[in-house]
Amino acid sequence: MKPIVIIGAGQAGLALAAKLRALGCETPIKLIGAEPAPPYQRPPLSKKYMFGELDRERLYLRPETFYAENAIELITGTCVAAIEAAEKIVVLDDGTRIAASQIALCTGADPIRLPAAIGGDLAGVYTMRNLADADAMADEFRPGARVLIVGGGYIGLEAAAVAAAKGLQVTLVEMAPRILARVACAETATWFKALHQSHGVDIREGIGLSELTGKGGRVARARLSDGSDIEADFVVVGIGVRPGVALAEAAGLAIENGIRTDAFGAASAPGIWAAGDCASFPFQGCRIRLESVPNAIDQAEAVAAAMLGQGAPYVAKPWFWSDQFDVKLQIAGLNTGHDRVIVRQGDKLGTVSHWYFAGTRLLAVDAMNDPRAYMTAKRWIEAGQSPEPASLADPAIPLKSVPLAAPQTELAEAP
Amino acid sequence: MITVTFEGADGSRITTKARPGTTLMEAARAASVPGILAECGGACSCSTCHVYVAPDFFDLLEPAGEMELDLLDFAWEPDPASSRLSCQIVLNEALEGLVARVPERQG
Repeated sequence: MKPIVIIGAGQAGLALAAKLRALGCETPIKLIGAEPAPPYQRPPLSKKYMFGELDRERLYLRPETFYAENAIELITGTCVAAIEAAEKIVVLDDGTRIAASQIALCTGADPIRLPAAIGGDLAGVYTMRNLADADAMADEFRPGARVLIVGGGYIGLEAAAVAAAKGLQVTLVEMAPRILARVACAETATWFKALHQSHGVDIREGIGLSELTGKGGRVARARLSDGSDIEADFVVVGIGVRPGVALAEAAGLAIENGIRTDAFGAASAPGIWAAGDCASFPFQGCRIRLESVPNAIDQAEAVAAAMLGQGAPYVAKPWFWSDQFDVKLQIAGLNTGHDRVIVRQGDKLGTVSHWYFAGTRLLAVDAMNDPRAYMTAKRWIEAGQSPEPASLADPAIPLKSVPLAAPQTELAEAP
Repeated sequence: MITVTFEGADGSRITTKARPGTTLMEAARAASVPGILAECGGACSCSTCHVYVAPDFFDLLEPAGEMELDLLDFAWEPDPASSRLSCQIVLNEALEGLVARVPERQG
């Protein structure tokens, strides 16, 4: 029997394999990962793992025995060189050819690196994506060391928080006029900027990196876009990721901000599927791609069912989280297209939530140390309900008493 | 190693062993216990690893923090006398034989 081949052994690849078995699939499964480690969790890499609070083994999503017990052939440290889409053949980098019954692409995303021309290939310059990245930079996190963080998105801010908490001197530069510019409202950005500044992080907005220079091949200084120079013992680059589409593109599959799939996760050639950070899929009349663990799991499980002919259209329920200092940020929904933000103070000191609306429709919430706001918003968003904004903004009105706006009908046809 | 047992909503039982210092959620995940989703991987950021802990053991647990209590309020059919997020239960010798029931659904 030809195997199902899953390319990419991250959170999505593992979830897909496990779900196939849970659904009773008896086809051989090959799960192929480029990294040497078995499937592991990435989120703690920039959080607990960096603090040394979580052993390497506890990052692993399943014990080694799981794979044999479930007849999942886990092939680690192996890159796929090509896919021959029409024949469904997977070619490994050692030339091995595997004829597959079906193929799932769970190839994730790759961090954008600084060009070598501006010093991106100097020693001491890191990205934060893989276990190998985290292990490579672990020794750099020494009290007193000077770190430059390039990029004020969530990865950069999490790295800054760990570094500051460990007693490093932290400078963070963000080229855009403010941090979190692509992902959050100005209110949330201002809130996190103040948090970081209160812990001594030097945040410089509207300032890009011009060039890194080194001594003996190792980074030592950074020239910033305002002409200033700073010294740095090491640099963490968090300027976003690109979906892992190279294999799919070379195989002639349709690409549209990721591997283009339909609502079931099918790519543009029969018997080939995609899930997780690498896949773009229909969502509320648009096409989106999500970079998150919950999406990787849910979408991969939906694809597993679809591969067995039991599929249903995947309905994403986006949510995200981040830990920085003593703050837990929880995000429900997607804020794209919002036209206003309602600020609601939480019940406890230092808790607040920012609610994104398009007109009267609730799109998303950023909840800072306010799980009740997050959970309430998540339910409302998933049910297509919206709280009445003026009541929401009044902290004297308990969240559970905030009235819901009349259900919105999509633009009604003219009578 | 510490032995723990998970009871499914359908009455099925899975018994497994876990290292002290690891969490009950990790034990469930390692044993592929159905119904423990643990979407946030143990960061106390969702509520998809909710379990009901048998009374003998519930009282032995470190009390839940504010974040966990708030999240539990929104879990599927929470029970103040037995509900916990399994990612917040760190296993130790005193918890040998712990039994946790998995709710019918998570959220």
